[in-house]
Amino acid sequence: MAKLVCIVCPRGCALDITEARDGFHVTGNTCKRGEQFALSEMTRPMRTICSTVRTTLPGVPVIPVRVSGEIPKDRIFDVMAQIKGACLHQAAPRGTVVIRDVLGLNVDVITTSDLETHEKGETCHE
Amino acid sequence: MRTWDVLVIGGGPAGLAAALSAHENGARTLLIEREGKLGGILKQCVHDGFGLVRFQEKLSGPEYAGKFLDRFREAGIEAMTLTFVTRIQKTGLGFHVTIVSRSGVETIGAKALVLATGCRERTAKQVSIHGTRPSGIFTAGTAQHFVNLMGQLPGKKCVILGSGDIGLIMARRMTLEGAQVLGVYEAKSTPSGLTRNIHQCLHDFDIPLYLSHTVTRVFGAERLTGVEISQVDGNMRPIPGTQQLVECDTLILSVGLIPENELAEKLGIPLDPKTKGPCCNAQLMTGVDGVFSCGNALHVNDLVDYVSESGETAGRNAARYSGAPRKEIPIETSSKLLYAVPQRLDLNADNKETVLYFRSREVLGNCRLTISADGREIFSRKYPFLRPPEMERLTIDFSSFGLAENSRITLDIEVNDHG
Repeated sequence: MAKLVCIVCPRGCALDITEARDGFHVTGNTCKRGEQFALSEMTRPMRTICSTVRTTLPGVPVIPVRVSGEIPKDRIFDVMAQIKGACLHQAAPRGTVVIRDVLGLNVDVITTSDLETHEKGETCHE
Repeated sequence: MRTWDVLVIGGGPAGLAAALSAHENGARTLLIEREGKLGGILKQCVHDGFGLVRFQEKLSGPEYAGKFLDRFREAGIEAMTLTFVTRIQKTGLGFHVTIVSRSGVETIGAKALVLATGCRERTAKQVSIHGTRPSGIFTAGTAQHFVNLMGQLPGKKCVILGSGDIGLIMARRMTLEGAQVLGVYEAKSTPSGLTRNIHQCLHDFDIPLYLSHTVTRVFGAERLTGVEISQVDGNMRPIPGTQQLVECDTLILSVGLIPENELAEKLGIPLDPKTKGPCCNAQLMTGVDGVFSCGNALHVNDLVDYVSESGETAGRNAARYSGAPRKEIPIETSSKLLYAVPQRLDLNADNKETVLYFRSREVLGNCRLTISADGREIFSRKYPFLRPPEMERLTIDFSSFGLAENSRITLDIEVNDHG
């Protein structure tokens, strides 16, 4: 039997997972997403990651990004390496794809903030 | 003098929601923000998990802010950035507010004010750490600012003191950026942050969490070279003889947030010693008529969704503010609760859908929250567990309980030890 804490929402349900011949049985969840999380966690744990990529725009050293969907937990640092290598050179609205189909994982790396050119004397970190 | 119906101070999630709600309720609204951009702390909260309650989506902080900013701009609400409030004076009809911006000093008028000034982090000085004063000691929010807005890694080998959510988030963020996080040390016997953050930020990256441990001394001349860790007893006092040295170049503090209420205090607004925010009624009006409070200035929230909700309540009621007299009764809490918001109920107001937020003082399992009026139970709800880091929310119709001018409302928690 395995014990997990669901990370899908802030409720953080304590999940108990037992393995039977017909697969895993989950208790302790208060919604369907908890069960899905537990099953995924027992077979192929998935995560989302958020980070930043560098930009060459004045006043905006980095812009926040995230993956558009879940990636395998054991590929987090591989995807981070790709994100660290990326750079944006022009203004773009949030949701802009920075890396398409990163490492063939069927998810994109997208910006999560509008990348704007700032007025003179105004930076994003005042 | 330029005047508005509602002046919102602070352009974070609470202020944006308050300004939108005031505008939608017909008020001519101005929002004032001291930074160069709107969005508040969400700008640097690049991690996801925001908006699960409100949008059923797992958004990053900037995306959550972006949704409100889109609406704010579409509504054409006026905003002044890089603008500070230096003085607020109550006049017969409203307020005179002196502001400083790039165009100079100006006094503007408003009928009602919404204080959405957020909170501040507790610093190293406030937790009395002994030793030298080297560089390399940051609050979690400052470290987050360095990494997420400036693109600079503040250190390579970190110790994190305090298990608040920002500390946990920063443990993961520093690890992703290539720093080594040696451990998170928490003086209390239970974590301060959300359980899911313990799992997704620490366990996922094999970062150890040491409960009942604290930093008792720092070392280093120019730069931090190490910290002394001690075990603490049940009263959080260091136990002599348990000291150990941990070599590191960075100490990140996540030791609590305090509502920012300098402006409120200048206005003579009474604060609740439990929340450190203004005592408010269900309309989120403070002790001074026409001044409303919301978001983390009101009480420190763990979810932005509730910050926005309180902003909307404050903004809506600021727009509707008429100066009508109040008839208020207290909402009291037993020692089982850390606090409850609001702290008062105005019997002259509409309290049909009163939103109550509360936290338990300790981790409690299998318990029942009760609300009583003059000793008579008017509401109860069972909880499988209550944890101080996880705020609870209730909607109560207080209009049907026959409350009178001398009524008292009390919140209590009964723990069922045998169930």
